[in-house]
Amino acid sequence: MFGDLWTSLIESLDRLGDMVRFLLRILAQTPRALLRFQLITDQVYNTGALSLVIIMLSGLFVGMVLGLQGFELLQRFGSEEALGTAAAIGLVKELGPVVTALLFAGRAGTALASELGLMRATDQLSAMEMMAVDPVGRVVVPRFLGGVITMPLLAAIFSMIGIYGAQLVGVQFMHVDGGSFWSQMQSSVGLRDINEGIVKSAVFGVACSLIAVYEGYHAAPTAEGVGAATTRTVVTSAVIVLFLDYLITAFFLRG
Amino acid sequence: MKTVTADVRVKTKKSKPGRSPPEHGCRGRSDRKLNQSSSIIDIRGVNYSVSGRAIFDGLDMDIPRGRVSAVMGPSGTGKTTLLRLISGQVRADAGSIVVAGTALEGLGRKDLFALRRSMGMLFQNGALLTDLSAFENVAFPLREHTDLPERIIRQLVLTKLQAVGLRGAAELMPAELSGGMNRRVALARAIVMDPQILIYDEPFVGLDPISMGVILRLIRRLNDALGLTSIVVSHDVHEISSVADVVYLLSGGKVVAKGTPQELASFPSEIVKQFVGGLADGPVPFHYPAPDYFGQLLARDGGR
Repeated sequence: MFGDLWTSLIESLDRLGDMVRFLLRILAQTPRALLRFQLITDQVYNTGALSLVIIMLSGLFVGMVLGLQGFELLQRFGSEEALGTAAAIGLVKELGPVVTALLFAGRAGTALASELGLMRATDQLSAMEMMAVDPVGRVVVPRFLGGVITMPLLAAIFSMIGIYGAQLVGVQFMHVDGGSFWSQMQSSVGLRDINEGIVKSAVFGVACSLIAVYEGYHAAPTAEGVGAATTRTVVTSAVIVLFLDYLITAFFLRG
Repeated sequence: MKTVTADVRVKTKKSKPGRSPPEHGCRGRSDRKLNQSSSIIDIRGVNYSVSGRAIFDGLDMDIPRGRVSAVMGPSGTGKTTLLRLISGQVRADAGSIVVAGTALEGLGRKDLFALRRSMGMLFQNGALLTDLSAFENVAFPLREHTDLPERIIRQLVLTKLQAVGLRGAAELMPAELSGGMNRRVALARAIVMDPQILIYDEPFVGLDPISMGVILRLIRRLNDALGLTSIVVSHDVHEISSVADVVYLLSGGKVVAKGTPQELASFPSEIVKQFVGGLADGPVPFHYPAPDYFGQLLARDGGR
């Protein structure tokens, strides 16, 4: 049993090292890719605009649940007016970046991984290599940058819609005072809270995009290989996002 | 097809300086004689293994310049691997491969990419980029490697599409093309940078007889008109024999027979006779190695 655990650990470290090397390869090609901005904007559209509906709907429902649960808890202490603060802090610092990253991995990450995996399986990446075109620069980097740019924007939209969801439930349905809801939020949520959310979503954007393009690019060129790469993208992204979330939260609380 | 050749010939006049001229232009095949000393690819003592299984064991081969060379052999003999070795997609464990005067051993990525600009490859399934139209697929190498104005790119792409008979399908997406059309667009893309060497990996797989005939004629005509060196990996003995100048038969990690298609047909070797005659059993056995048949059937535990 310990032998299996050890082998699994070594394999994971090996994969992590390989992923870091792949990231360095991506970063080395990034300046050249930035000159062809159209390729990046296409990917911002694919990963961002096409994920908007799922992000907005999820944000609304998460905000509404937060409004209900928050109201239920806060009214026990007679402080329902703090609902705006509780919802905003929860969304901006935690739920916005984390849930967006998980949804991103499920929607855009799987799309990226399966697209690259299929390109590998159908020899499109080999064909590029044979045409003396580096597939990392032409295909991988624009997709990676598209994801990195998109994630903080999606997280911001998620948090904004979520706050309106909490307001809808708290103010409209539960009759919390609207003025208190907004004014307490304004006085309690600081730039530091927003920064934490931005840092988290940026880090998650790099992590989720890297995992998706890495798994897709290195997928075995078979139907099973593409399926396995897609599954690994979601599972690895979810675990890494939650782990990084803890690290960043601890860092901000300590500072 | 006459217009095809005419179009391509006009292009050949503008070929890059220093490039080897066609040795035989459009002469009939019967006039051609193999000049083995003028090889564009030299393979010497190449060993290559995958997961401990030897694919090549001391492979020696010369691909003559300006000819259509066919590489044949039973499944699993490493035909596609040979193409991958020649194009530098995989590296040999030992031995040397020299392509157009450049040794692949120890060649850096930048130099390898420079060499690949003089090579074109037609993949088994065409490998067209599925998010680009036929026109954009053919234009892809030009856009990546040149700063040509759009007008010139358009002319070059249309010329190549005309050469493969698909100018009218320029705006179609790969999903809208048939298997044969897909490969013809890929062929147009492979020749758009005027390569010296054109590599075909199983170009006839899954094609109907008409599409197969079209690809066969294109292999011969493009080779002659553009002064290319063509290497075709194929299982289709009779079809490829109609266009190949020289045939190599691979088996057991080595070249077991080499010559013109006519010479190969009368080659005194059992493996060649089995392959050319399409015989089910011979040096390449019908049965995969297995334990005794009756013993396995009668075994108590099912013999598994």
